[in-house]
Amino acid sequence: MYGFEALTFNIHSGYLEAIVRGHRAGLLTTADYNNLCQCENLDDIKMHLSATKYGSYLQNEPSPLHTTTIVEKCTLKLVDDYKHMICQATEPMSTFLEYIRYGHMIDNVVLIVTGTLHERDVQELIEKCHPLGMFDSIATLAVAQNMRELYRLVLVDTPLAPYFSECLTSEDLDDMNIEIMRNTLYKAYLEDFYKFCQKLGGATAEIMSDLLAFEADRRAVNITINSIGTELTREDRKKLYSNFGLLYPYGHEELAICEDIDQVRGVMEKYPPYQAIFSKMSYGESQMLDKAFYEEEVRRLCLAFEQQFHYAVFFAYMRLREQEIRNLMWISECVAQNQKSRIHDSVVYMF
Amino acid sequence: MAESGGGGGGCCPPMDLMRSEPMQLVQLIVPMESAHLTVSYLGDLGLVQFKDLNSEKSPFQRTYAAQIKRCGEMARKIRFFKDQMSKAGVLPTEMLGKENDIDLDDVEVYNEDTCVFIFMDMFVNIFFLAFQEKLEELEAELVEINANNDKLQRSYNELMEYKLVLEKAGEFFSSAHRNATAQHRETESQQAADDLLESPLLQEEKSSDPSKQVKLGFLTGLVPREKSMVFERILFRATRGNVYIRQTVVEEPVIDPNSGEKAEKNVFVVFYSGERAKSKILKICEAFGANRYPFSEDLGKQAQMITEVTGRLTELKTTIDAGLGHRNILLHTIGDKYELWCLKVRKEKAIYHTLNMLSLDVTKKCLVAEGWSPVFASNEIQDALKRAAVDSNSQVGSIFQVLRTKELPPTYFRTNKFTSAIQEIVDAYGVAKYQEANPAVFTIVTFPFLFAVMFGDWGHGICLLLATMYLIVREKKLASQKLGDIMEMAFGGRYVIMMMSLFSIYTGLIYNEFFSIPYPLFAPSAYDCRDASCSEATTIGLIKTRDTYPFGLDPVWHGTRSELPFQFIPQMIFLNSLFGYLSVLIIIKWCTGSQADLYHVMIYMFLSPTDELGENQLFPHQKTVQLVLLFLALVSVPCMLFPKPFILKKQHEARHQGQSYAPLEETDEGLHSEANGGSHGHEEFEFSEIFVHQLIHTIEFVLGAVSNTASYLRLWALSLAHSELSSVFFEKVLLLAWGYNNVLILIVGGIVFVFATVGVLLVMETLSAFLHALRLHWVEFQNKFYEGDGYKFAPFSFILTASEDE
Repeated sequence: MYGFEALTFNIHSGYLEAIVRGHRAGLLTTADYNNLCQCENLDDIKMHLSATKYGSYLQNEPSPLHTTTIVEKCTLKLVDDYKHMICQATEPMSTFLEYIRYGHMIDNVVLIVTGTLHERDVQELIEKCHPLGMFDSIATLAVAQNMRELYRLVLVDTPLAPYFSECLTSEDLDDMNIEIMRNTLYKAYLEDFYKFCQKLGGATAEIMSDLLAFEADRRAVNITINSIGTELTREDRKKLYSNFGLLYPYGHEELAICEDIDQVRGVMEKYPPYQAIFSKMSYGESQMLDKAFYEEEVRRLCLAFEQQFHYAVFFAYMRLREQEIRNLMWISECVAQNQKSRIHDSVVYMF
Repeated sequence: MAESGGGGGGCCPPMDLMRSEPMQLVQLIVPMESAHLTVSYLGDLGLVQFKDLNSEKSPFQRTYAAQIKRCGEMARKIRFFKDQMSKAGVLPTEMLGKENDIDLDDVEVYNEDTCVFIFMDMFVNIFFLAFQEKLEELEAELVEINANNDKLQRSYNELMEYKLVLEKAGEFFSSAHRNATAQHRETESQQAADDLLESPLLQEEKSSDPSKQVKLGFLTGLVPREKSMVFERILFRATRGNVYIRQTVVEEPVIDPNSGEKAEKNVFVVFYSGERAKSKILKICEAFGANRYPFSEDLGKQAQMITEVTGRLTELKTTIDAGLGHRNILLHTIGDKYELWCLKVRKEKAIYHTLNMLSLDVTKKCLVAEGWSPVFASNEIQDALKRAAVDSNSQVGSIFQVLRTKELPPTYFRTNKFTSAIQEIVDAYGVAKYQEANPAVFTIVTFPFLFAVMFGDWGHGICLLLATMYLIVREKKLASQKLGDIMEMAFGGRYVIMMMSLFSIYTGLIYNEFFSIPYPLFAPSAYDCRDASCSEATTIGLIKTRDTYPFGLDPVWHGTRSELPFQFIPQMIFLNSLFGYLSVLIIIKWCTGSQADLYHVMIYMFLSPTDELGENQLFPHQKTVQLVLLFLALVSVPCMLFPKPFILKKQHEARHQGQSYAPLEETDEGLHSEANGGSHGHEEFEFSEIFVHQLIHTIEFVLGAVSNTASYLRLWALSLAHSELSSVFFEKVLLLAWGYNNVLILIVGGIVFVFATVGVLLVMETLSAFLHALRLHWVEFQNKFYEGDGYKFAPFSFILTASEDE
């Protein structure tokens, strides 16, 4: 019932919405980032973070610290927040929260499959996986030789199973295949998530469809740019685009035939919301594109908090935290490698 | 009530609690070499609130960031020790009663353990480093022992698992063997002889030619129980069903060698055919964290393995025990010092945090501190500075000077254990503005009194008194130990509860109720029963006990001193001419025993002031007095409304004509009144805004006078509820049970009565009366005069930091 969420929303989800808004208040601010950027070494970073919500997660770490430890502990905080929320959630919010995990699951599957392909140790790979995307039999992925096996052995038990219907081939896995698989899975996932949000209706549908459409469009652009100069045919490329979003369907037609970055730019500049992103870049440049997209995403995610009585705040919070962890990772890396001048290249400020 | 109030203020002159301590902004200039010791002494003293002079600097840019980091590192090590100790079940030795000592004479304790501290500051670093090194050594030793132990434990656990596999799988194989031979005999009797089959698995292939038999391989191991089903399923899928799996539950939890944690596990045996299947199964085992162990089909070898494994297990066990013993000794030595170290590190950290708030002099030779301190503490502070300078062999002493400031100082009340709880009640509503009249003074008496009006029953009062006396008598003991949440609360308010119970006994005596039963205690009833209504007679018999009563009754007319006089006088006139008059009437009514209806008097005083009073006449010329009072009340309303905005306007204009450059003392007054006028007295002066504000204020006051007075009716309602409830319990439970003349029913009735009395009347009613008394103080009493927008004095003190961390 659009517009009437206020009547019933708080019965089941009021507590969690309060919690998530509280969590949002714990996100690092620009002032925090400015302080972090002045750090001389990783211990300074730890010291600064000890005054934030990450404090209790880092306090028992012995010096010297490593970037990975910081990232790991910060991720742990995110995971703890998530677990707390999903424990308290009722339907349909618990399903909504589950959906947030699936993206990480896909990434983990791809990570392990690629890793085994290059004969890396499974245990080592598992440590690299995002804890939100873990499922029971994830390590068994290493056994599979091709996608059919992958599906039949392991993924049939996971929520990802339905997304696999489009990429069941018996071809042996190789890097290209895996990348296609990742994108096909992601496409199916985004479409499914989109449909689910539409079904929820109300403000959730409105805000989430905006956020997911942005995500889909960004993926479309990235796929296009990454596939320029590869063997991927136009038809195959087009198949990887999600079937919703601002670019669907006409933008996809145009993107599918792009041959270089400036053509992509030409396509995208026809869409007013994306004009601003591309206008920041000089011609022929794609380095800063990621950051520009991230900034736009963060802006949209922050806006999600402006409205009440919807689930998109949970999605937004998880995404913002992830962005924050990426920021922290970048800052720590720069500090650790004494490249402080490059800090601002990749940090996306939020508030 | 007078004694108890006086007892509370025993150590200080009685009006100390009324106004907060005069404060001063002091500046200390401390030479670098004695800074640490100075701050440490000031922390012991606990009377200076340092201002952060480096607030624009981030934590790691400050002077002592490195030391703080070191302290953090040491704290981490100590936490690690604690973790290890609790894992090993070693309790840190309590510092016997020392925490109490800190409360009383804290300096002593530190001197005793930290004599090294005394000769500090040039030694501080040396000492600090030594301490740090010691911790580091201990940590390294502990980590090494742990690592060794882990290794041993790991192989021990592996062997344990192996043993389990040998036992369980052995069982399985032997039973399979038995089955096979039994079946074999069966088939032998039916058919011609066939070759020996090793297990029933091979039954299916029995029909085929034995020479064509594929050699089956098998793997054994342990898999976590919660994963066992998935494990089986995946194996089945991966080999397309060409496996045979047997699992047996291990009843007792097994310690997993990899994680070192207890887990429920299953022993499994997997039969497969072919190398490809084997490699798949191996991978899956790895993925599931299933530990595999070699197993031999040969029974003799099995037995041999079992004895071998058992032998090695006992061997390992002794080694591990020796290691653990060593570790326990180490942990015990740590445990002895643990509390002391904790204290030391915490103290160091607090000192460096404070030092970081001081600004560095340009010459970098001294630190400049600014902070608030009570005026009376000047000598003590100077003394501490001198001692620090001497003890640290500093060439130059520290400089102490008082700064002049316009900033509002923090509010600091010197409380003792009696007054602190009451001050807390007031502070929970709002911390008094600097030097504002402190409602806590009145609250000491009015709070328990209002409570008692609602809770008047001297039987219940005595129960409450006994409970709180227990807390007070065992005060020393209870203060040193940790209590539960609720218990902590009751303990903190023990003196308030004591006062409440004393007053309940007092009002209970006035109400003459003892568990709802009246007793003619003080005298036989003054009135003889002329008719059946004796109950009223008993109250009149108690007139003598009421001597102090009229003074405690109405707190509203006390202490509105902090308001501006031109606002204050009309308000006083208004309130007193209406409700003060009512109070006088009440007293007259008591004293004369008149039958006049006071409601009637009050209401018709407004409605038709000129009417004759008739039987409600209490004293001669009452009508004239009432008319005068009514007039006064009506006149005071515009007096409340108009003067203040105009006076403020005039003051403002006067200031803008350049007269504000008067000496500080005089502007202080101006500032004070301006601050009282609200938040908009600064630069902008909006007359209409002030006027509207004052209008609201006046309406609020006039309406509030009526509604707040009505709010005091809750006293009546609750006291009625209390006495009704207790008489219901008494009559419907105890008397009813008594009526049956049956011992059993009497006992049950007695028990129900006791529980109802304790649970409902003593606990729940106490809470509700407490809450209502709290509301009457916060809303009806304090809103008449109390600004409560100050901030609390938070001195740097080791005692406070210690209690905060816990």
